[in-house]
Amino acid sequence: MRKRDLIFASAALCALVQPLHAKTISVMPGDGAQERLQEALIAAEPGDIVELGAGRFALTDGLSLDVDGVTLKGQGGVETTLDFAGQQGAGEGLLVTSDNVVLREFGVENSKGDGIKSKGADRIIYYKLRVEWTGGPKASNGAYGIYPVESKDVLIDSVLVRGASDAGIYVGQSRNIIVRNSTAVENVAGIEIENSFDADVHNNVATHNTGGILVFDLPNLPQMGGHNVRIFGNTIVNNMTQNFAPKGNIVANVPTGTGVMVMANRNVEVFDNVIGENGTTNIMIVGYRFPFKDPKYDPTPRGVVIWNNQHSRAGWAPQFRGGTEIAAALGGSFPAIFWDGAGGTELRPIIQDDVMALSLGLSDLNADTANAQPVPLARSVSRPASLPAIILPELMEAIVR
Amino acid sequence: MRFLLPFLACFAAAVATSAAPDNVSDAAVTAALNPPTLSGFGFFDGSAAKPSDRLIPYELRTPLFSDYATKQRFMYLPAGASVTADNDGRLIFPVGTALIKSFGFAAASGGLDIIETRVLLHKASGWVALPYVWRADGSDADLRIGGTRVPVTFAHEGAQKSINYGVPNKNQCKQCHSVANDIMPIGPVWQNLDFPRKGDRQRLSKMVPALMQLQPFARWNARNDGSLDDKAKQYLKVNCGHCHAPKGSASNSGLFLDGSARGPVALGIGKRPVAAGRASGDLDFIIAPGKPSQSILIARMESTDPGIAMPELGRSTVHKEGVSLVRDWIAAMPQESH
Repeated sequence: MRKRDLIFASAALCALVQPLHAKTISVMPGDGAQERLQEALIAAEPGDIVELGAGRFALTDGLSLDVDGVTLKGQGGVETTLDFAGQQGAGEGLLVTSDNVVLREFGVENSKGDGIKSKGADRIIYYKLRVEWTGGPKASNGAYGIYPVESKDVLIDSVLVRGASDAGIYVGQSRNIIVRNSTAVENVAGIEIENSFDADVHNNVATHNTGGILVFDLPNLPQMGGHNVRIFGNTIVNNMTQNFAPKGNIVANVPTGTGVMVMANRNVEVFDNVIGENGTTNIMIVGYRFPFKDPKYDPTPRGVVIWNNQHSRAGWAPQFRGGTEIAAALGGSFPAIFWDGAGGTELRPIIQDDVMALSLGLSDLNADTANAQPVPLARSVSRPASLPAIILPELMEAIVR
Repeated sequence: MRFLLPFLACFAAAVATSAAPDNVSDAAVTAALNPPTLSGFGFFDGSAAKPSDRLIPYELRTPLFSDYATKQRFMYLPAGASVTADNDGRLIFPVGTALIKSFGFAAASGGLDIIETRVLLHKASGWVALPYVWRADGSDADLRIGGTRVPVTFAHEGAQKSINYGVPNKNQCKQCHSVANDIMPIGPVWQNLDFPRKGDRQRLSKMVPALMQLQPFARWNARNDGSLDDKAKQYLKVNCGHCHAPKGSASNSGLFLDGSARGPVALGIGKRPVAAGRASGDLDFIIAPGKPSQSILIARMESTDPGIAMPELGRSTVHKEGVSLVRDWIAAMPQESH
């Protein structure tokens, strides 16, 4: 009974927020697709659906959407393709700057910069999308596939991203985030949560990237102090694609063969994942190692908790200074979990996985990993109370249900 | 009523225009519906070369670079309107104001081929930015909210350059003209304004006497005037600061070139890239002091690849002279000693 009431109430709420004259604007591929589609995205009013026909839209510039409450919908991630191979301007394929937008069931190919970016776009939904650079992993590919930034309530569900020269799915400076049921292949970073608060990353597949799933915090940004991130139920295997990021990129520092990498975040949980076939390590917990002068920034990882992950082979080719030597000393293989050890034992991650875990025993974040003083990390007997699950507004969940 | 209102507005516009063909229609500026053609406003008498006397021409001491286009800027103030200003010299215009900017290239025959005219209209609901593209015969310009590209050939330093000039779409207008998600004029800051027509400066400064106390900004290309630091910072402010501001489109970068930066890092000095992606190339810092060729800022100004180029919009050629100024500025910075 209670559930029925709830459904009824949410249906009533839907009716309330639906504008009275919502309409569908259809746009087909063909001549003048750029201007026709862009004009539709400008002419749309809140509640409207801009529906893309099946086929290939040959675009010459970036597209943008700045109207609240618009749905941009194709006929499927493969059936409808926004093709940016001929793009002449703009930093991304599609830019969204309005709230309550739904992007669903279309593909984006070969944009010159980022694939789809949303900035300051609250309650955005990315659903059943495909963002791809079709020439395989290349430094000349665009940076981010799916890129929400400075947004609250972000849902990324059932997307495929391939070939990003930075991160396939990148959520930056946002809060209340779910990334789920998605696949990241052949990117430098498969999925990256950066300078963000409150994120669940679950039931995704990250494979053939350089690093599978990254949780980073960086200095000198408007939002810092990334925290409360849960990574669970993911398959993070065989992330052995040679790092192809341009050198100046922060992800250029991700060692090839990394499963999960936590850098300078607070309260990160990694559990119930299948992780393996990652040549450097399955899970690495490190500080931010570059000089910085931002007094508000904490470069250390804190409150990292790891349990119940199913590990397979890792560490046969560790790609960082001193890694090979440590592996040799340990009988040929680097452990499946390691922490840089900087900042002292109170920052020590809590680990309950049944695999070998190591602290590099670095005295501080400036210490060279070649001078590591490795010590094993004992399995923890207990762990702190878990973080709560991320809950998005019910209206968002209803759209993808 | 929903349909009647725009109709009434159109009707009013028609009346206003028909009453005085070479005069500006106040109703067209403030109406909810935008005229499909530029002539609907009455800003020009038949061609871009003939602005109404009611328009106040103005120039910028340091302008935004737009592919070497020549720009003609005008403000239109409704009769009896008065302008105010904030403490930074930014002019505050009343509802009914229009800012009008035409973009053109020198024609082979002499004169100027105007490609497009952009208008910023101050309506009761806020500012609206619209691009109008001139017809080939120059008789009128049509509203193109989706933007377009126009092939253009022009001479620069004795060489012919051919580009696909980009007319921004309505959203792209806002991308640059956005302050905390509202559209705002960028250019009209008193210290950066010149008035070629006699009497206009006096007329405006009479409305806001405090403006006369403000020191003019540096001209980015002045030969014997202004320090290198002033000129470069002013160039970056005008060309980058509209997005690279705490409330601008590039707020997430933490790189602030609008004059708000406190300390060197927010200005890019020794700052590592965040979301530059492949645009960072093999370089580590936005500005590597003393090393322009090691600075991502320069690399992005020198690129025309959409995934790398900065600014992201409105530029398909490199501004050689602007790059040269910023290069000199970075080269003159003392290298950090580590």
